[in-house]
Amino acid sequence: MEWHRLSILELRKYLWAGEVSSYALTEYFLKRIEDLDPKIKAYITVTPELALQMAQRADALLKEGKRYPLLGIPLAIKDNICTDGVRTTCASKILEDFVPPYDATVVERLKGAGAVFLGKTNLDEFAMGSSTENSAFFPTHNPWDLERVPGGSSGGSAAAVAAGLCAGALGSDTGGSIRQPASFCGCVGLKPTYGRVSRYGLVAFASSLDQIGPLSKTVADAALLLEVISGADPQDSTCAPQPVPPYLEGLEKSLKGLKVGVPKENMGEGLADGVREALENALKILADLGLEIKEISLPHAPYAIAAYYIIAPAEASSNLARYDGVKYGLRIEGKDLIDMYKKTRSQGFGPEVKRRIMIGTYALSSGYYEAYYKKASQVRTLIAEDYARAFKEVDFIVGPVAPTTAFKIGERITDPLQMYLSDIYTISINLAGIVGLSLPCAFTDDGLPVGLQILGPHFGEEKVLALGHQFEKAAGLTSKQPEL
Amino acid sequence: MSITKEEVLHVAHLARLEFSEEEIDLFTAQLAQILDYVNKLNELDTREVEPTYHALNLTNVFREDQVKPSLPTDKALQNAPERENGFFVVPKVIK
Repeated sequence: MEWHRLSILELRKYLWAGEVSSYALTEYFLKRIEDLDPKIKAYITVTPELALQMAQRADALLKEGKRYPLLGIPLAIKDNICTDGVRTTCASKILEDFVPPYDATVVERLKGAGAVFLGKTNLDEFAMGSSTENSAFFPTHNPWDLERVPGGSSGGSAAAVAAGLCAGALGSDTGGSIRQPASFCGCVGLKPTYGRVSRYGLVAFASSLDQIGPLSKTVADAALLLEVISGADPQDSTCAPQPVPPYLEGLEKSLKGLKVGVPKENMGEGLADGVREALENALKILADLGLEIKEISLPHAPYAIAAYYIIAPAEASSNLARYDGVKYGLRIEGKDLIDMYKKTRSQGFGPEVKRRIMIGTYALSSGYYEAYYKKASQVRTLIAEDYARAFKEVDFIVGPVAPTTAFKIGERITDPLQMYLSDIYTISINLAGIVGLSLPCAFTDDGLPVGLQILGPHFGEEKVLALGHQFEKAAGLTSKQPEL
Repeated sequence: MSITKEEVLHVAHLARLEFSEEEIDLFTAQLAQILDYVNKLNELDTREVEPTYHALNLTNVFREDQVKPSLPTDKALQNAPERENGFFVVPKVIK
């Protein structure tokens, strides 16, 4: 049986029926990782012993008749999410040997639901980047074309899902870091509403924008994973108290007559040809599903990248001040304390992280705070208001995830601004804190996946997932998987 | 140029980073390019706009002040590059 071709929900049926054990499934995925990951490089750390132990425990519970939502399912975790006793590097030299003494809330919840962990996936260092090339260890390769990037920063998780090196994964999204790699790798990725999922144990990048979410083969799997990881957490006061609806049950709800807004700003120039055609076709599918398509305007959308590249680096410069060679991570000795800080941080951080710390420090420094940080935060209000206004008129907003399909490794890495500009369609969603789902809507002539982005208002996950699920069925692309 | 080499050196010090001469030149050029781009925010009149620092309107999230178990000291210190008797060890600060 080619278990890697099945969704989590399908695997669960086999596990529940006793037709396969979690141990066998886990061995199967570990074997695939051993055989194929040398090509893909999705994982930074693989934990075979731990995985098989967890699988054995899951099998015992399955035999007892337990039916926890993810019992025995082998998953991968992005390596900026803390796992008790398992190295968590953030793909940075500064945390190369960091072994967290506790689990992130999401990890604890996945464990409680019976999941098995295969290992930790690659990312752009501290989740800063759009291609996973900023990993201090190695770049990850796109399973659809090994010469191309998987996107980023959750490129390891997206590539692992697409290549069948896990049944599903967690990523984190600060400006598109779940959705863009999902789009480049042809899988499903959800950035939940800010506060839907606890950030406790997620290594902080930009605290007002970071959000953990699932990457999976199907929208239903994303719904299942979200159900498990969502909900209030006393360890994260920014985590919202709203109850968690049964996302999985809501997937078939009728959406006929609901309105889909298409921002004219997102369908203009800058969109690659194959991507534009894919989107036009996706809009036809949505119309066939009985939704009303309407053009809308998000007038401040063109300012999102500028606002983001002040706010996110400002928060990052403050969050990353903790890497001082004292509490954890790397220490390089110096002639005094300040010199030790400087040597540690300069040798421990890679160029993109340093660039963002520098932008952020500049934007927050005396005399520039009002001009940059405050200004960007005011523009953030205008962007959020655009969405709030739009969601009074329409139920969903759809558009592209990225202007292009996966680009070649090395193509953009030397030009930071060009790399930032490729986040144009995902970044404003984090600024507004709303829901964004990325799912495959087509393949270009050269065989690369194209993602469709479906947006909903704060806590609009239920409807967004339902639309995604119904679109996915109509588009019929789930069975398409890369040959490796 | 929206940022000078001297400013970059000053910001590097504030951020506790150091760079080679070559890196400083590259960073000065790259930061200038990024800041030039960011200056497009000034096209917008925001005099009447309240800033957003947080996407949700959650304020004053309180909980009972109860004593709960916490990480034991040795576990909390296990990742420290240097530790002694339950403390972090740092280079001498007072001269």
